[in-house]
Amino acid sequence: MSTAVSDAARPGAPTGATELALPKQRGYWGNVGYRLRYDPVTLCFGGLLLLIILAAIFSPWLAPFDPYQESIIRRLKPPGFQGRYWLGTDELGRDMLSRLLYGGRITLTMGIVPVFIATLIGGGLGVVAGFAGGVVNMIIMRVTDVFYAFPSVLLAVAISGAMGGGAGNGMIALTLVFIPPLCRVAETATSQVRNLDFVDAARATGAPLRLVLWHHVLGNVLGPVLIYASSLVSVGIILASGLSFLGLGVKPPEPDWGLMLNALRQAIYVSPLVCAMPGIAILLTSISMNMVSDGLRSAMDVRS
Amino acid sequence: MTPLVEVENLSVNFVTRESDVRAVNGVSFTMMPGEVMCMLGESGSGKSVTMRALMRLLPPKRSVITGSIRIAGQDVLAMNDATLRRMRGNSVSMIFQEPMTAFDPVVSVGDQIAEVVALHRGVSHRAGRQRALDLFDLVRIPSAQRRLDAYPHELSGGLRQRAMIALALSCEPKLLLADEPTTALDATVQIQVLILLRRLQQEMGMSVIFVTHDLGVAAEIADRVAVMYAGRVVETGPVRDLLRNPQHPYTAGLLASTVHDQPRDQDLKTIPGAPPDMRRLPPGCSFAPRCPLAGADCDAGMPPPVSPAPGRIVRCLRVSAPQVEFA
Amino acid sequence: MAMTSFAVEEHDERDRGGPQQPLLTVTDLKKHFAIRGGILGRVTAQVRAVDGVSFVVRKGETLGIVGESGCGKSTVARLLMRLIVPDAGEQIFDGEAVGERGGISVAEMRRQVQMVFQDSASSLNPRMPVQNSIAFGPIAFGTPRAEAIGMARELLVKVGLNPALFGGRYPHELSGGQKQRINIARALALKPRMIILDEAVSALDKSVEAQVLNLLQALKRDLNLTYIFISHDLGVVRWISDRVLVMYLGEVVEIGPADELYNAPKHPYTSALLASRPALDPDNRREEAPVSGDPPNPINPPSGCRFHTRCPHVEAVCSAKAPMLGHGDHGAHLAACHMQDPTSGHSQAVRH
Repeated sequence: MSTAVSDAARPGAPTGATELALPKQRGYWGNVGYRLRYDPVTLCFGGLLLLIILAAIFSPWLAPFDPYQESIIRRLKPPGFQGRYWLGTDELGRDMLSRLLYGGRITLTMGIVPVFIATLIGGGLGVVAGFAGGVVNMIIMRVTDVFYAFPSVLLAVAISGAMGGGAGNGMIALTLVFIPPLCRVAETATSQVRNLDFVDAARATGAPLRLVLWHHVLGNVLGPVLIYASSLVSVGIILASGLSFLGLGVKPPEPDWGLMLNALRQAIYVSPLVCAMPGIAILLTSISMNMVSDGLRSAMDVRS
Repeated sequence: MTPLVEVENLSVNFVTRESDVRAVNGVSFTMMPGEVMCMLGESGSGKSVTMRALMRLLPPKRSVITGSIRIAGQDVLAMNDATLRRMRGNSVSMIFQEPMTAFDPVVSVGDQIAEVVALHRGVSHRAGRQRALDLFDLVRIPSAQRRLDAYPHELSGGLRQRAMIALALSCEPKLLLADEPTTALDATVQIQVLILLRRLQQEMGMSVIFVTHDLGVAAEIADRVAVMYAGRVVETGPVRDLLRNPQHPYTAGLLASTVHDQPRDQDLKTIPGAPPDMRRLPPGCSFAPRCPLAGADCDAGMPPPVSPAPGRIVRCLRVSAPQVEFA
Repeated sequence: MAMTSFAVEEHDERDRGGPQQPLLTVTDLKKHFAIRGGILGRVTAQVRAVDGVSFVVRKGETLGIVGESGCGKSTVARLLMRLIVPDAGEQIFDGEAVGERGGISVAEMRRQVQMVFQDSASSLNPRMPVQNSIAFGPIAFGTPRAEAIGMARELLVKVGLNPALFGGRYPHELSGGQKQRINIARALALKPRMIILDEAVSALDKSVEAQVLNLLQALKRDLNLTYIFISHDLGVVRWISDRVLVMYLGEVVEIGPADELYNAPKHPYTSALLASRPALDPDNRREEAPVSGDPPNPINPPSGCRFHTRCPHVEAVCSAKAPMLGHGDHGAHLAACHMQDPTSGHSQAVRH
């Protein structure tokens, strides 16, 4: 930003007669990207997250073994067994690395898809509630409050339990769990923006409401909602793992991180290192997700 | 008489990852007991930061303070936490623009003042309440007894400001720091609070440093005025001399551009341009880019302080007067 | 740069009723805000923010509105723009009732009346380059985007900012004075006939305030504008206004030509306001505050004359009966005070 040296008093006389070097103009998202580039922590964790996602996508090509191939003789072998089983084997003798890679697909899907759908539904409801105010706001927000009354884990367990387990039902349960908080964040952001003078100024031009919403409200609500949603992905992964752990999400023998953790729990004294693997995978993914959303938040702060 | 406040070459830098904001750049002044000094300046001129530095209220991790501050002979920058706490409660206190921030919203104002008095004087809560009542009478809050039980939000703006003054005076400070205490008030209330502060200052004989951006407020309350621009004191002097015969071009421009019964068919006199970016100050006089009298020599370095008359100090190359030696 | 598109000829074809017809007539404007309490959300009290305000603004003049916080001056501005819906009152813009059958629509009125807000920071969208903020109105009304941006850059020149330097910037990259210039440019973008300036210079530093005031005066001359200038700063209002209206607790207490009102105020509240100004002369300091206490709460305001709780001339009639502002032709100096009415029974009432 260049110094504001001149601020001529008379109209018609352009300021900056001494043409200062024009600062490079980037759009809003250009600025966000620019700031992210100079944030090494976010970049590191972003890279890690990208690796995890790529590994999950390309698991059929990356996995050294069939993740379902059992063997009684090589059960619970430590990492580096025979020089081929780099991360050891699980309680049924399946290769840990292959299962973790394949499991990433399921676990990440369970974490990301519900958040994505809930962002669309909850965010939409929140914007409507926040901008309309009055009775509409009251109805939408009171209904979400009812869901809020339950702890999210309990709610997820109850819904997927009632629908009878399975990955699909688990995702529906998680979506339902995430709609209320996203709705609330969107509602708060919208009602804050709505009360700012620039929205009034836009209304005062006589422009139709949809243009005011589109140009002046949505852009300013999107930021906080996206940041919150990205932080929910890690919650989603943990909740999904939790559901699987309880036998309500993914069914065996599918390789899901939560399910793997559950199955290996009995072997914790036999082969502690192998047992910890799925937990470490969950931990790394959710930490990087959180760090990335943190970095995103500071990069999106206009005033920084 | 020994000065109550001596500030020498005070500088405050706010350091962040991206930039280094030089909020205060070498401020020096002394103040006698019983004096009222106004720090006059626009937003970003460093007047509030200087004041907070006196109380050491700046965030210690992000701000770098250099120079020296002595209040009643004590070195403020060298104080440990316990001494600092004692100074803040007993010899120096502060009032702010927004009194709501000074009070706990869920405790009645009377109890809050009583608590402070009990803490600092080691008296009972009951004695503290009595003192609070006396203070409310002192700051002329009508029906004081009843108002002691009010919560901060139940008081009107003017009463809240009076209650904050009562809180600040509870331990009879030698020095009162007032940071724009009347700016948020309505015109008819502002004058009441100004008159009250002036009376209290005279009755109690305390010194006041009063930060304001309003020349009129300074004219009402100050003995001496220090005009700040871009983190420096560009001119100080007794209030009458300074307002009648401003020496620094910035002071003169500020006086001329303040709207006060000018003829309506003429344009107002203005200072062109805007204050400098505090991250990139010009090397010389920071007012030079806006100054009608500026020349190439102004960019060489900050002009040394000169004294055109007793008690007046100006930092401008265009003022011909003997140079001042700071002790 | 060509500026023909903003120049206004001697004869303004938007002018319908001729120069004698007032641009804006407001009659008995009212807005009460309900305060709800309890679990059922019942109305427990009414804030009488604007309570029967009437005035006339003539073409080409500047009407100043002064008053303390809570007197309803900002609510008047938002009511005139219909950003809040009035409870009662008639608003006639150049001979046509606003928002009524046979008159002009609110949207049409908004094209001709624009507003500049106090807080220069929050009145600009932080995610939009400032030239897009200026161009938003014209684009919304169908001007092609490129043309609207071109107009916006032309307006930047008009408010004294170099478009090459400032057009693509975001609000946080500008100083307060520059942001307020952008807000003024945005208000000009729809070529309005009237601009409502709600504390438009109050947040600016003194040296910048004078620049913006000069700019406003020059724009008014060049573009044939009419202003409603709302402020708590009496000095600024006097300098910019032809006529001044003083509000107290939602009502008009005095209205009149600026110099007359400042030199010989008729209402005790106006006198008190004027006498509360700091003297700017250390030898002539105010020794006694003209009135004591704060303005009362606009929830359940005092009976009769609303100023009677603080007035130095209060008598029994003041709390019993509300004084009327009275009627007069344009430019009349009127005050809603019993002392101005020979028949009121007040002992200090003027005699004819």
